[in-house]
Amino acid sequence: MRTFFTTLTVAAILSASLLAADFKLLNVSYDPTRELYEQFNAAFAKHYKAATGDNVTVNQSHGGSGGQANAVIEGLEADVVTLALAYDIESIAEKSKILPTEWQKRLPNNSTPYTSTVVFLVRKGNPKNIKTWNDLVKPGVSIIAAHPKTSGVARWSYLAGWGAVLKQELGDLKKLNDPQYDKEVAAAQKKARDYTLKVYKQVKVLDSGARGSTQSFVQRGQGDVLLNWENEAYLAVREYGADKYEIVVPPISILAEPPVALIDKVVDKKKTRAVAEAYLKYLYSPEGQEIAARNFYRPRDAKILEKYKNNFAKVELFTIDDVFGGWQKAQKEHFSDGGVFDQINTR
Amino acid sequence: MKKHSVLPGFGLTLGVSVTYLSIVVLIPLALLVWSTMSLSFADFVKAVGSKQVIASYKLTFGAAFLAALVNAVFGFIAAWSLVRYRFFGRRVVDALIDMPFAMPTAVSGIALTALCASNGWVGSLAAKYGSKLVIFAEEHGLDFMNIPYLNRYDGLQLAYSQFGVFIALTFIGLPFVVRTLQPALEDLDREVEEAAESLGATKFQTFRRVILPSVFPSLMTGFTLAFARALGEYGSVVFISGNLPYETEITSLLIVAKLQQYDYAGATAISVVMLTASFALMFVINFTQYLARRRK
Repeated sequence: MRTFFTTLTVAAILSASLLAADFKLLNVSYDPTRELYEQFNAAFAKHYKAATGDNVTVNQSHGGSGGQANAVIEGLEADVVTLALAYDIESIAEKSKILPTEWQKRLPNNSTPYTSTVVFLVRKGNPKNIKTWNDLVKPGVSIIAAHPKTSGVARWSYLAGWGAVLKQELGDLKKLNDPQYDKEVAAAQKKARDYTLKVYKQVKVLDSGARGSTQSFVQRGQGDVLLNWENEAYLAVREYGADKYEIVVPPISILAEPPVALIDKVVDKKKTRAVAEAYLKYLYSPEGQEIAARNFYRPRDAKILEKYKNNFAKVELFTIDDVFGGWQKAQKEHFSDGGVFDQINTR
Repeated sequence: MKKHSVLPGFGLTLGVSVTYLSIVVLIPLALLVWSTMSLSFADFVKAVGSKQVIASYKLTFGAAFLAALVNAVFGFIAAWSLVRYRFFGRRVVDALIDMPFAMPTAVSGIALTALCASNGWVGSLAAKYGSKLVIFAEEHGLDFMNIPYLNRYDGLQLAYSQFGVFIALTFIGLPFVVRTLQPALEDLDREVEEAAESLGATKFQTFRRVILPSVFPSLMTGFTLAFARALGEYGSVVFISGNLPYETEITSLLIVAKLQQYDYAGATAISVVMLTASFALMFVINFTQYLARRRK
C-alpha cells in the first residue's frame, strides 16, 4: 500500500513537472512602479497557473526610464518593457529594431493600461497657498523637481506647466492646430516659455530622478512644493504621513501615459511570446486594473475608476499629442541639447 | 645583447600584464575614442565646448582640486598620527579611513545630504550661524552679498550648492592620500630627524627640510589619485549638489544626461575631454616628480 502511494506521489510530481512549463519573464520598468509590479506579478502568476497550468516567474528591473531603455538597446533581454514615456520605447524600436515602430498600436489605449498625471505635493496646511500652475511662480515659492534631462516625470511636469499656460491663454487647445489663430498661438507659446523660465528660476533642487526629488522634499525638508507623479505623491503621503503633507491637484494637467510593449526579438528567441502577451493583456483585465488603481495609477477601466474615484481628483487632462505633437517632437524641441530647456537656462 | 634577469618568468609576467592591461584598460579606452570618431570636428567642439559644459568643467575641476588640496593637508595629519603615535582606538580609526572606499557612492551621497541639508545636524548649524554672520556683517557695513549660497534668510547653504559638491569630493578622496602616505611615513628613518635636531634644526626646519622632501612624492601621488577620482565621481555628488544648470551641474551628470538622450557620441566626447585632462595632469605630476628625483 505504501509503495503504491509513493509511486503515485512520484508520478504526480513527475507528470506535473513534465506537463507544466516553467516560464521566466523579465519586465524592464522605471522607478516608481516597484510596488505596482510586485503585486501584479504575483496576481498574474496565479492567474496564468489557473488558466494554463504553467508556472511563470516575472523578474523586475527598475531604474530611470531613459537608462532602462538604454540597457535594452545595449542588449538586456527584456521580454516586456513598461516605461515612463513613449519616447523611450520609440527609441528602442528605432535604434535597435527589436520591436516594430508601430508597437503603440498593438494594445488598446496607446498601449497604456493605466495613466497618471503630474500633481503638487505641499506641506500640511499649504502655507504658500499653492493651487494652480500660476501659483508656482509667485515670489518666494521654492520648487523641488527632477532634472528634465535625466528623468521621465520631470519632462511630464515641464510639459504639464507649459500646456496649462497655453490653455489659459488660448481658452481652447484646438486653436493650436488651426492656422487662423497662428498669431494668438505664437503669443501664447511665448507666455508659456516665459512661465517655464520663471519656474526653473525658482527650482531649488533638480534631482536626477523621481524618487530622489521626493526624498529631497520629504526627508531633507527642501522647498515649498514638489512636482511629481500622482502615484508618487500618494505614496509619499502614505509613507511619511498625511499629517505632514497634502496633495494639491491643479485644475489642469497632462495625461501622462506610461506605455508597455512586447520586445518581439527577445520573446521569439526565448519562446515566451504567448506568456508575455498574456502578461501585458492581463494589465487590462479587471484584476490588473484594480491593482493599478490600488497603487494610485489611474485605471482605464471606467468601472474600476468609478470604484476608486475618491483616490483620483477630477482634473482636466490634455495629451502630449494634442499640445506638443507627440514625444519625438516634444523631445527635440524642448529637451534635446540646444532645445528650449537649455535655452531658458542659458546665461 | 639580451640580458637575462636573475629572476625567471620575465616574459610570462610581462605577457600577462600587457594582456590584462589591454583587456581591462586599453580596449575600453580605445572604444571610447572610437565612438567619439563618429562626430565631425565641429560637432565635437559643440559637444565639449558649450557654455553649460564649460561651466561644469569649472565646477568639477575646481571642486576636485580644492578637495584634493584639503585632503592633502588633513590626510597628511591623519597619516602622521596613525603612523607615529600609539593611542587607544588607533586600529578603529585606521579602519574607518577606508570607509569612503567601501561604501557605495550613492549611500555616501545620501548620508552626506542628510547631514548637510538645512534640516540636518551640520546643515542646520551652517544655516543658523551663516545667517547670524551675514546680519553681523551687514550691521558693520561689510558686503557679503557676493558669496554664493550665503544670505541672511537661509544662512550658509551646504547641501544643494557648490559647497555640497566640494564636501562630497573631499569625503571620497581622503583614503587615497592617507593610504599612499602611510607606507612612506613608516619608512622614514627617525634617526635622520634626530640628527637634524642634534645639528640644531628647529622643529619646523626638521619638518620643512627633512620630513617633507622625503614624503613629498607620496603626497603628490595621493593628491593626484584623490583629484583624479574626484573628477569622475557621480554617485555621491548628484544627491548633494542639486544639479542646477550652470551652478551645480558636474560634468559626469552632463555625460549621463547625454546618454539619456541617446547621444552616445556626445557623451563619449565629453568623457574623452575629461580623460585627456586627467591623463595630462597625471603626466605633469609624474614628470615633476621625475625631475625632482633627478635633481637629488
